Amino acid sequence: MARGMAGKGFGMPGEVPGWVNYALLPLLNLLAAFILSGLIILVIGENPLDVLALMVTEAVGYPEAIGYTLYYTTSYIFTGLAVAVAFHCGLFNIGGEGQAYMGGLGAGLVGLAMTGWPWPVVAVAGVLVSALFGAAWAWIPGWLQARRGSHIVITTIMFNFIAASIMTYLLVDVLIKPGQQSPETREFDPGTWLPSMDRALGWIGIEVAPSPLNLSFAWALACCALFYLFLWRTRWGYEIRTVGQNERAAVYAGISPARNIVLAMVISGALAGFVGVNEILGVQHRLLLNFTGGVGFVGIAVALMGRNHPVGIILAALLFGMLAQGGGQVSFEYPTVNRELVMVIQGLVILFAGALENLFKPQVEALFRKRGARNEGRA
Amino acid sequence: MDEVFLAILLLVDATIRVATPLVLAAFAALYGERAGVVDIGLEGKMLAGAFFAAAVASSTGNPWLGLLAGIAASVALSLVHGFACITHNGNQVVSGMAINILVAGLAPTLAYAWFHQGGQTPLLPSSARLPQVHLPGVEVLSPIPVIGPIYREIFDDANVLIWLTVLVVIATHWVLTRTRFGLRLRAVGESPAAVDTAGISVTKLRYQAVIITGVLTGVAGAYLSTAHGAGFVRDMTAGKGYLALAALIFGKWRPWPTLFACLLFAFTDAVQVRLQGVPLPVVGVIPVQFIQMLPYVLTVLLLAGFVGKAVAPKASGIPYVKER
Amino acid sequence: MPDAPTAAATLTPPALETRGVNKWFGANHANRDVSLAVPKGTIHGVIGENGAGKSTIMSIVYGYLPADSGEILVDGRPVAVKSPRDALAAGVGMVHQHFMLVDPFTVLENVLLGAEGGVTLAAGMERARAELVRLARDYGLEVDLDRPVGELPVGAQQRVEILKALYRGADILILDEPTGVLTPQETDHLFRILRALREQGKTIVIITHKLREIMELTDNVTVMRRGEVVANVRTAETSKEQLAELMVGRKVLLRVEKAPAQPGPVVLEVSGLTLRDRSGVERVKGVGFSVRAGEIVGIAGVSGNGQSELLEALAGMRPVAGGSVRLRGEELADRPGLFNAKALRGLRVGHVPEDRQKVGLITSFEARENAILGHHDDQAYNGRVLMDRAAVLSRCEAEMEAYDVRPRDARLRAANFSGGNQQKIVLAREIERNPDLLLVGQPTRGVDIGAIEFIHKRLVRLRDEGKAILLVSVELDEIVSLSDRILVMFDGRLMGEVAPNDAALEQIERRLGLMMAGVEAAA
Repeated sequence: MARGMAGKGFGMPGEVPGWVNYALLPLLNLLAAFILSGLIILVIGENPLDVLALMVTEAVGYPEAIGYTLYYTTSYIFTGLAVAVAFHCGLFNIGGEGQAYMGGLGAGLVGLAMTGWPWPVVAVAGVLVSALFGAAWAWIPGWLQARRGSHIVITTIMFNFIAASIMTYLLVDVLIKPGQQSPETREFDPGTWLPSMDRALGWIGIEVAPSPLNLSFAWALACCALFYLFLWRTRWGYEIRTVGQNERAAVYAGISPARNIVLAMVISGALAGFVGVNEILGVQHRLLLNFTGGVGFVGIAVALMGRNHPVGIILAALLFGMLAQGGGQVSFEYPTVNRELVMVIQGLVILFAGALENLFKPQVEALFRKRGARNEGRA
Repeated sequence: MDEVFLAILLLVDATIRVATPLVLAAFAALYGERAGVVDIGLEGKMLAGAFFAAAVASSTGNPWLGLLAGIAASVALSLVHGFACITHNGNQVVSGMAINILVAGLAPTLAYAWFHQGGQTPLLPSSARLPQVHLPGVEVLSPIPVIGPIYREIFDDANVLIWLTVLVVIATHWVLTRTRFGLRLRAVGESPAAVDTAGISVTKLRYQAVIITGVLTGVAGAYLSTAHGAGFVRDMTAGKGYLALAALIFGKWRPWPTLFACLLFAFTDAVQVRLQGVPLPVVGVIPVQFIQMLPYVLTVLLLAGFVGKAVAPKASGIPYVKER
Repeated sequence: MPDAPTAAATLTPPALETRGVNKWFGANHANRDVSLAVPKGTIHGVIGENGAGKSTIMSIVYGYLPADSGEILVDGRPVAVKSPRDALAAGVGMVHQHFMLVDPFTVLENVLLGAEGGVTLAAGMERARAELVRLARDYGLEVDLDRPVGELPVGAQQRVEILKALYRGADILILDEPTGVLTPQETDHLFRILRALREQGKTIVIITHKLREIMELTDNVTVMRRGEVVANVRTAETSKEQLAELMVGRKVLLRVEKAPAQPGPVVLEVSGLTLRDRSGVERVKGVGFSVRAGEIVGIAGVSGNGQSELLEALAGMRPVAGGSVRLRGEELADRPGLFNAKALRGLRVGHVPEDRQKVGLITSFEARENAILGHHDDQAYNGRVLMDRAAVLSRCEAEMEAYDVRPRDARLRAANFSGGNQQKIVLAREIERNPDLLLVGQPTRGVDIGAIEFIHKRLVRLRDEGKAILLVSVELDEIVSLSDRILVMFDGRLMGEVAPNDAALEQIERRLGLMMAGVEAAA
């Protein structure tokens, strides 16, 4: 298996106008995924349009819902950027889940250790330590790929499982709150909590509905801007993209593929690690099992849908955030529907937007060739 | 002494039971990957097989119909994978991931809607489960030392799918080395262009391979829910698909070493169940999680070249596009 | 169209005929109404420049590519060739330019693939073994049947390909550029085999761009240009010059106008240089030479004899196993801090790599980003953190202007330029940074005639400005017309030096051929 799996031609533009590649084709794929999801809802005996309407209402219909949607969006932006930066280096990082988990461990240790400190200090420490933990967990597969040629798709999958085992051990045997059955730590000192968005906006006189949405959302948006500047406006980003597109050309240009592979993975892991800031410092305020709940995998879908570009990633993360929030709420209204319906839709979106990204391409391209030929004929 | 011997036999027996779905899934992936189609989606296909086998066995009371349903579901997903990766040159890893996530959602969703038992199928009565094969002469052989207990504990009353798995292993070795199909399968994973110019359809060959993958993962799933277990519960594959993939890599994509890897991984699992909380000499109590992650760590070490070197089929993971 | 030696002259229909075949690749009309006829029992050449469509038409005949329109006839009967299976069934076999072999398989397994003769292998294996022994005896196609083909030398691999076709009963054998990777001896061996096949009544079609081979081997020749058949002629009734003119469509001046070199001080001095590939095999075995300022030194040789590795090593792209490399008198070989691609650029070494699409350019990047490849770290393009996009753009636009790159659009992806314009982008990037030493590999491969002239002139001008140039090319014409001194490389060794002006091209070719065959000892 070539490591270049994520590299050439993958999610990369073809020879049609930009908006076709970045808007029309993803939308067509999305539509196909939604139509199939609708059929599955029909199979379980509900009206897909009613379910859709409810989903939208529950995702963006009222202020609190929007808060929840954006809270999910936050984590998806982090993992989407994480997957994307690796893609740009030609790497397929499937380990976002484990890296986010480890990032959460870092954030949790900060929360446990910094009792009594003011929250801004804890927040900065939390960002740094969760980045460090996530990066460290991605560094090993990155290093193994760069120096030993170990296939990164497989090693990152393995590292997800290893991370899960380690976390279970730590929470069951080490970090568990004494005298408690469920494997979680004690709650952090409330003074160290990352302020929720309603609280933070309250300081400047803006009132919004309370929700788990917290300041990490702002950090996620900042990461998007930094991501753009880093990849397209600095020489380091140039090097990473060069390695991702053409490794031999990189060697020709005096760019070390090994160094950039490790660098891209470290950045990827750090971004995934920020999920821990959102979840642990921002919402749960304690460390617990399985808080990631598949965000690392959704990140793959987000990056694919968003064409590895921050603007696309924000939009795709928003879509998946709506799906998570709206879909979750649907299960309360419909007795036959449960939360896992969200995963069905996620799976279909990944299938159509990712693996079947070429499904409509030939037809659409042919359409544009014909139109192009007609226009030329007129000129 | 007898007790120790019996304990060992029980351990071997447990190893075989745990290994069976791993072997089926790993050999399933072996066909796909030797043909050049990487399959991260074993987990999802197995889960679909488990759900549909249990669902049909539960509704009809017939485990064989269940087995067929499990195989059909898994093959259907294989065809989706083939459609994305072979017909449309899609990314094989993404397609596999999508199938895993899709099924992780779909199986409990359908179970929830159809059986109203919180994402499970009803508990299967033994008549709706795949039978065990009772061998003749157990009473006669039983008193014989060594052979008797081995015959009684390991060979007798093994599930029919365990015997099927033994058959699959032997057949796979034979097919791969001795048959036309095997020759072409190995060729298309190494050099699809050579196969194409020899007048053999790469597309057809790869579809055949992924269909076999689907059949075997379907059987693996049915084993979990209608042979080993008695009904479908959510997430019942619990990473076995990935473990099988690890075993295939650990076995360097070859039948016998892959079988050995599956048995090794299953053995660590069987041991781990027995070691929980038991202090060992020198090291004391090993946390069960560390034993659980052993197969994954071993696979990483192998991939890193610290314990041998794993070289994948050259064309695996790469869509076949004709050169001009 | 000149009169073709069609089957009308004889009574038997041609072994192979195409009528009005058309093929499009997107907007590129790769084959236009291609009609040709190959008489039975002859060796037929198909000749043309890169991209003339000669491989395309034969891939269509073999069913590897589908035609958009047209007809294929074998022995006068139309056949529907939808896949190689149909072609093989009609008795058409093909040896592709890139061998279609399964490396880990044995020779026997490779031959058997697709012709197994049953669901299981055992019986077919025995039959094939006996038949292959017979074929080997009849045609001189000796190979060890039980060795994995990946371990065989290229000449033997090619024989395996021929065996594959013959075992499947091919009466018509198509060979696509069969001599590109062969030594002169291996080429002679191949030609003997092909003549033996003709004796037995087989029909051979050979695709090549080498005029010498056409003259030496074929009975008839079809000339293609830009997807069209421009001539069908008898080999005995034509000449190299006429064929060359037909290929390019006008009189060709192979000679490049240049004054005698005025060599200055030594810029590059290599001695005892040894290189190994990843698997530890020696690819370059202790070579030594020097390049002076103001001269072009050409390295001639059949591809795959270590020239590519040598060039890449001198550019800092691969590690050196031993020996000395001095740049302006300074030893580099034992100083990894200096002897790497990045540092060498700082030491004013330019490098135009052999493969512009896979090495010299990132085809998915815009032209402006390609214009700074390897120089992206320079202060000129960087602020403290962010890159200076305006500086990058203006640099690229200036270079495009100076080298007449078309279209003159710095934001166009490199993939969307033609081969010649891509090469100009690379050349501009490397030459305009004023290197003391320029390493150039295959500067005109796949480049149209107009751009070839431009590139050759530009290289000569650089020489006249007093720069040292090391040129690697498998095109002997190019080496001879550009170089001031010629080194011949074979099997990782330099086999001697030739002055290009002391004799006629023909004579040099002969001498080069002898040296390549290792007959002459190193000078």
